[in-house]
Amino acid sequence: MAGLLVETGRAALIGSLSLLLAACAAPALRGTGDLGVVIERASGSVQVVDNTHQTSLGRVEGLGDLSHASVVFSRDARYAYVFGRDGAISKVDLLRLILVRRVAQASNSIGGAISSDGKVIAAQNYQPGGVRLFDADSLALLADVPAAPGVNGKPSRVVGLADLPGKRFAYALFDADEIDVMDASDPAHPVVERHPGAGKSPYDGLASMDGRYFLAGLYGEDGLSLLDTWRPDLGVRRVLAGYGRGEQAMPVYKMPHLRGWSLAGDYAFLPAVGHHQVLMADNRSWAQVATVPVLGQPVFVMAEPSGRRVWVNFAFPDNDKVQVIDVPTRAVIATLHPGKAILHMEFTPRGDAVWLSSRDDDKLVVIDTASLKTVRELPARSPSGVFFSWRAGRMGM
Amino acid sequence: MDPDALRRWAAALLLCGGSAVFAGAPPAPQPERMAVIRHLARQDCGACHGLTFRGGLGSPLTPEALKDKPDESLAAVILNGRPGTPMPPWRPFLTEEEAKWLVYWLKQGAPP
Ligand code: HEC
Repeated sequence: MAGLLVETGRAALIGSLSLLLAACAAPALRGTGDLGVVIERASGSVQVVDNTHQTSLGRVEGLGDLSHASVVFSRDARYAYVFGRDGAISKVDLLRLILVRRVAQASNSIGGAISSDGKVIAAQNYQPGGVRLFDADSLALLADVPAAPGVNGKPSRVVGLADLPGKRFAYALFDADEIDVMDASDPAHPVVERHPGAGKSPYDGLASMDGRYFLAGLYGEDGLSLLDTWRPDLGVRRVLAGYGRGEQAMPVYKMPHLRGWSLAGDYAFLPAVGHHQVLMADNRSWAQVATVPVLGQPVFVMAEPSGRRVWVNFAFPDNDKVQVIDVPTRAVIATLHPGKAILHMEFTPRGDAVWLSSRDDDKLVVIDTASLKTVRELPARSPSGVFFSWRAGRMGM
Repeated sequence: MDPDALRRWAAALLLCGGSAVFAGAPPAPQPERMAVIRHLARQDCGACHGLTFRGGLGSPLTPEALKDKPDESLAAVILNGRPGTPMPPWRPFLTEEEAKWLVYWLKQGAPP
C-alpha cells in the first residue's frame, strides 16, 4: 500500500488527495521483514504469511505448475520471484498481494537466484538445459547460456544455482559432471568459468553464507565436490569422500536438498545420499567430524540460525517425521510427528520458531524451537516450500 | 483366459473404450487403494518426474514418452528401479499388479 501512495503521489496535489483517500480506506503501512511465501504446489497459488503474528495475509493465484517451486526475494524484500517447474518466473508483490509479472522462460525449470546487486534474476533450467538471465524489474531476457552437453548430447540439466558476491552465480551440471561459475557483471554478456570433472551426477549445490565456497552434493558417488571461489586455480576437490564406507546404499525416494542453511557455527551439516545419516563437517577444512544416525533418508538438513540445533526431514516413506539434532552432543534429541508429508521447513529470522509444510494434511505447522511444541497450525492447499523474506539479505539463498 | 479375467477384461473394454484394448488394461486395484496409488504417483513419483509427469530429474512419463516402451519392462523398472540412476525400486510399496496398472494409467495420460 505504501507503494501505491508513492506511485500516485507524483504531483503534490494528487499526492495529498490520495493520502486522504488512503486514510479513508485505512490501509495499514507495514514492513516486509517478517513476511514469507508458502507454495501451494497443486493449485498454482502462493500464500503470503506474517511470521510475527503467525497469520496468513492472503493468497495469490495463477502461478502455474509449482511442483518443486522455489523462491528468491528482491533485495528490498517487497517482491518474491517464484520459479515454477513449468519454467515460468512469477513476480509477486508481497504488500499488494498481486502477481505483478509472469514470464514463461523454459519448459522445465528447477529454481533460480538473484544477483548480489539485486538487478538480475537467473533461472536454472532442465529443459532446455542451461541458465537464463532476466532483468529483475521487467523480467526481460538478458542472456541465454546453454549448459555443456551431457552424454546424450543435449545441454545438461542445471542444479544448485546460487548467487556469489560480485554478481556471480555458481551451479552444477547433473548430466555433465561439471561446476560452473558465471560472472554476470555485464548481464547481457555473461562469462562462464568451467570446472569439468567435478564428480558424478551432482544433484544440488549450495554457496556458503560468505559466498566463498560452492559445494555440490553428488548422487553418483559418496561425497561432495567443493570449489573454493577464492582459489579457482585449485579446481574442484572432493570432500567427505566415501562417507558410506562400503555400507550397502539404500534406495533414495526423494533427492535431498542443499542450501546455505546447512552451514552454521563451525560446521556444515549435510544429508548423506543412500544412507540414513547426517554428515557433520568442519566448515573450513571440510574434514568429516561425525555422522549422526537418523531415522530415514534426510531431505532438508537445516541448522537453526543459532547453529545450536539442526532439524531434519525425510524422504518417503518417513516424511511424516522430523528429527532434531543437538549440535554439541551430536545426538538426536527429539523425533516429532508434525503431520503427513512434511516437505519443507523454514526458520523465522532469528530462529525462535520453525514453520513446516504438511502437504498431505493441507496445513502449515508452527513449532516453537525452545519447547519443540506446536504453537499454531494454518490451513494451506498441499503446501510445499516455505520461504521467509530474511533471505532477501543473505547470500546463497 | 479364466472366466474371471475375461469378465475384468470385458469390463475394462466397456469402461475405457477402444484404447484399453491396445494398452491391455490390467486389473484395477480397489477404489481406495487406487486413490492411494494415484496420490503416490502424482506426489512421490512427481517429486522426480514432475507433478504432471513431464519430467525433471526423472524422465518424462507422458503417454508420448512411454508409447513405444513395453508395459512389462516399464513395470519392471517401477518395481526394481534402474540401478546406476536415481530411479529407486518401489517393490516394497507396490505389488506387480499395481505396477502394471500404474503403467497403464500413465499411458492413459494419468486421468484423475
Ligand atoms: C528419486 C527420483 C525418482 C523417483 C522418486 C521416481 N523416479 Fe522413476 N525414474 C527416475 C529417473 C532418474 C529415471 C530415469 C532413469 C534412466 O536414466 O534411465 C526414472 C525412470 C523411470 C521409468 C522408466 C522410464 C523410461 O522411459 O524408461 C519409469 C516407468 C518410472 N521411472 C516410473 C516411476 C514411478 C511410477 C515412480 C513412483 C512410484 C517413480 N518413477 C519415482 C527417478 C525417480
